[in-house]
Amino acid sequence: MKYETVVGLEVHTELKTKSKIFCGCTTEFGGDQNTHVCPVCLGLPGCLPVLNKKVLDYAIKVGLALHCDILGFNKFDRKNYYYPDLPKNFQTSQYDLPICLNGYLDIEVGGKTRRIRITRIHMEEDAGKLVHSGSTISTSDSSNVDYNRTGVPLLEIVSEPDMRSGEEARAYVEKLRSILKYLDVSDVRMEEGSLRCDANISVRLVGDDKLGTKTEIKNMNSLSALQKGVEYEALRQAELVDDGGQVVQETRTWDDGKGMTLSMRKKEAENDYRYFPEPDLVPLTISDEQIEDARKTLPELPDAKMARFQDEYGLSNEDSRILTALRETADYLDATVKAGADAKGAANWMLGDLSKMVNEANITFKDAPVKPEQLAKMMALITKGTISGKIAKKVLASMWDTGKDPDVIVEEQGLVQITDTGAIEALVKQVIADNPKSVEDFKSGKGKAIGFLVGQVMKASKGKANPGMVNQMLKEELSK
Amino acid sequence: MTIHELHQKLVNKELSALELTKAVIAHKEAVEGQVHAYLSDSHEQALAVAEAVDAKIAKGEAIAPLAGIPGAVKDNICIKGQPATCASKMLENFIPPYNASVIEALQGQDFISLGKVNMDEFAMGGSTENSALAKTTNPWNADYVPGGSSGGSAAAVSSGSAIWALGSDTGGSIRQPSSYCGVVGLKPTYGNVSRYGLIAFASSLDQIGPVARDVTDAALVLNAITGHDDHDSTSIPGQRPDYTKALVNDVKGMTIGVPKEYFGDGLHEDVRKAMEEAIETYRSLGAAIKEVSLPTTKYALSAYYIIALAEASSNLARYDGVSYGLRVPADNLVEMSTKTRTIGFGPEVQRRILLGTYVLSAGYYDAYYLKAMKARRLIKEEFDRAFEDVDVLLAPVAPNTAFKFGEKINDPLSMYLEDICTVPVNLAGIPAISIPAGFASNGMPIGMQLMGKPMGEEAILQAAYTFEQARPECNKVAPTGEVQL
Amino acid sequence: MKISHEEIQKIALLSRLHIPDEKLAETEKALSDILTYVEQLEELDLTDVQPMAHAVPLYNVYREDKVVPSLDHELALSNAPEEDNGYFKVPRVVQE
Repeated sequence: MKYETVVGLEVHTELKTKSKIFCGCTTEFGGDQNTHVCPVCLGLPGCLPVLNKKVLDYAIKVGLALHCDILGFNKFDRKNYYYPDLPKNFQTSQYDLPICLNGYLDIEVGGKTRRIRITRIHMEEDAGKLVHSGSTISTSDSSNVDYNRTGVPLLEIVSEPDMRSGEEARAYVEKLRSILKYLDVSDVRMEEGSLRCDANISVRLVGDDKLGTKTEIKNMNSLSALQKGVEYEALRQAELVDDGGQVVQETRTWDDGKGMTLSMRKKEAENDYRYFPEPDLVPLTISDEQIEDARKTLPELPDAKMARFQDEYGLSNEDSRILTALRETADYLDATVKAGADAKGAANWMLGDLSKMVNEANITFKDAPVKPEQLAKMMALITKGTISGKIAKKVLASMWDTGKDPDVIVEEQGLVQITDTGAIEALVKQVIADNPKSVEDFKSGKGKAIGFLVGQVMKASKGKANPGMVNQMLKEELSK
Repeated sequence: MTIHELHQKLVNKELSALELTKAVIAHKEAVEGQVHAYLSDSHEQALAVAEAVDAKIAKGEAIAPLAGIPGAVKDNICIKGQPATCASKMLENFIPPYNASVIEALQGQDFISLGKVNMDEFAMGGSTENSALAKTTNPWNADYVPGGSSGGSAAAVSSGSAIWALGSDTGGSIRQPSSYCGVVGLKPTYGNVSRYGLIAFASSLDQIGPVARDVTDAALVLNAITGHDDHDSTSIPGQRPDYTKALVNDVKGMTIGVPKEYFGDGLHEDVRKAMEEAIETYRSLGAAIKEVSLPTTKYALSAYYIIALAEASSNLARYDGVSYGLRVPADNLVEMSTKTRTIGFGPEVQRRILLGTYVLSAGYYDAYYLKAMKARRLIKEEFDRAFEDVDVLLAPVAPNTAFKFGEKINDPLSMYLEDICTVPVNLAGIPAISIPAGFASNGMPIGMQLMGKPMGEEAILQAAYTFEQARPECNKVAPTGEVQL
Repeated sequence: MKISHEEIQKIALLSRLHIPDEKLAETEKALSDILTYVEQLEELDLTDVQPMAHAVPLYNVYREDKVVPSLDHELALSNAPEEDNGYFKVPRVVQE
């Protein structure tokens, strides 16, 4: 480990507003090309932007959740560059006075907590989409432009170069995604592009304070691509330096198919964005009162929830981390507990059978057909002894398939646990009579044989006998 | 003929809107061969609106002051379905699919537009010589430029091919051509009139305003287009007054400031004399005259050009051949955009884009743009202080009267220097009016500028109106300007 | 200030304008004249002066997050120099 990887991330997240940042066009996905456009987002001559208030509200929320300072005076600027997906050939963004500065985010990697500082968060407009006639941009003779996404609001969240590995970069984005989800301000789907991230990567000798020359890596469209991209690029740079070469400051693109980063040739002079204050928008002033009001609307965030799950519910660090990664999951647990269930028991069901079902269905806990109240009811049936834990698994599966309440399923399928001493005694006697070998084994001191006999009784009862009673009565009968 | 006279004739049924519109169209066709104020016509729509206005009058309905009275619209203001060329090859075939907010407002008042009028390309220039599409001449003498950039608006009103017109003013583009053509031009307070649908030159300086035959008409047109607009973030909120209420023939008790920096070297003797006479007129009418000093004025032109061109370089970046406007085909995108812009923009526009790009580029921002924005504040604060003591400021509109074609076109800096009296107003965002104040020895009109505090249009209208009443000989109709009814 | 030919070519690239070699000298003169003129701003003492980006001090202008109908698709494409199946078509993006 001669070299240390240094990573800073620029994350762009599309905000879940109904309309675009500067005009009233819908932000909905999936319209026909160039149908969600108007004179403003098409950049037609004479058109002017007006800020969507929701974008500002969301930006303040995100800033507070990431422990940022909210700037009492912030403004929009124009970032000037030519690209056909940018109809005005400038992007309305924020430059020297963005909405948020100086925040942080704690991540946990390998059991250790690391604090990643956040430099800034700013509001800006998204660009449109280019559809290439060939398979890639460079092999296409022409391209088609769709401006439906032009003007969808974005937050750009810029971190300090505080991450030291691909794994940390991944953990940072995962955590960021989780927080944005909690705030319900973005869909944060990397594959769909509603969350995108660019990485600034450099390497330096371990122990060095000075940063090495960085490259900017784009086009990492999934968490695994991000991790692989960072790892690949760090290795490429380390090898380059080892061979006596020098890292060139440039923009590179991650090619997921090839598993490598490739240089995007661009003339250096074109990186002069000529930022200046957007004359068509007026500055924003945000009062302390406004900030405090926004703070009150913040939901409980993953870190706080995780701490509470450990303190209040007695869950392990690992279990509470898993259960708080998604707001929907955490809310489900809280609701189940609220409905009267034991937290640990509910957590076990959620981490076990329910997680499997949720994952297989590719949904979140929020949309699970088994509602928290139903899970709590089912757990109560176990506690009351109406059903056994084993039967409960069956009941849960039926609940998932039918959406029915557990007591209805137990009733319909006749799954009520047999607690009638007489009935169990008859089964016990039968099993003892049918399995002389096992009885012999037990009596000669092989305690394990009792397990087999219990199993046989359970089987004979079609699983409905109360296992505790079976055990008890078997022992009594055998010791006679 | 003025809007207010014609409105009375319409209301009194001495004249129908259709007759009026036809008469103005006939007059327009007679003078346009010489003046060339128009770039496109909308006669059919004009006649249809005229008929609708007549129907309203016949039914005894009230009509708006501008209803049925033919006007013209500068070709950088978007009217849905009509060309908006900005007098550029770049937008020669551009048809906006939407209306500017001022057009929406005017359409609600049965306004008649006879067509779109010429200008310097993208409003960049002071003579309309930078139009890529037509050469507009001064109705007082065809050897002279009409001024610019709203040269078409001023020439149309002056020559009678429109009773009134809309112009836009970024650094004097309404006031200077109005002065050169002997008509009234008003640049409202920045934010008084919506910019939505005005094709931008310099967003923080642009403002739409009226060009009219007299001060009353200017107030009537301002009334029709003023107001807060949700589509323009820089639009000033709140109700607007009825500006015609300010048309009071009295300046007693008013203090008129005379900023000495506007009367320095380079001011033409005839212009100086006209200004001195105007000051005397005001004094005789009972106004207090106070000399004031605005020392930062001499830096206004520098600040103005840096800011205007920086904004313009960004505003005009969108003309790249991708989704509207001219496209010169090429094998790849960069080449296509570069060819399109190199062929589509005229030399002055290209020069300004280059300069604007330069002053914003890495390493120069602080030296130029940042300094200019700071100087802008000094200029604004200087005006604020001056208006603590005076109600309006009086100055020439331009150091000279209209010049001849070709005189300055090859020397950009000398052309820029003609804007020296008008640009401070745009930097400060204050309103100013240009009214006829006499004639130079060569017979060309001289304009006087009255500047007011922010949203102080009423004060300048009152002062202008009073002068106009006292000195009717200053406001003459150009030789071919009288429409025969 | 005198602007160099190299700088002119740089800003021409940033501006997507082509300046043929034979026009460089003329462009240089015109730009240098104006830049020299505007440098008179250096005479001003601007320390402690806040830059002013807007003529009228307005703050916090917003709209509500409300969807309004978009432009009719045909109208949206009505000025397109080249259209392809509802898209704006452009020549190859990568320059080789």
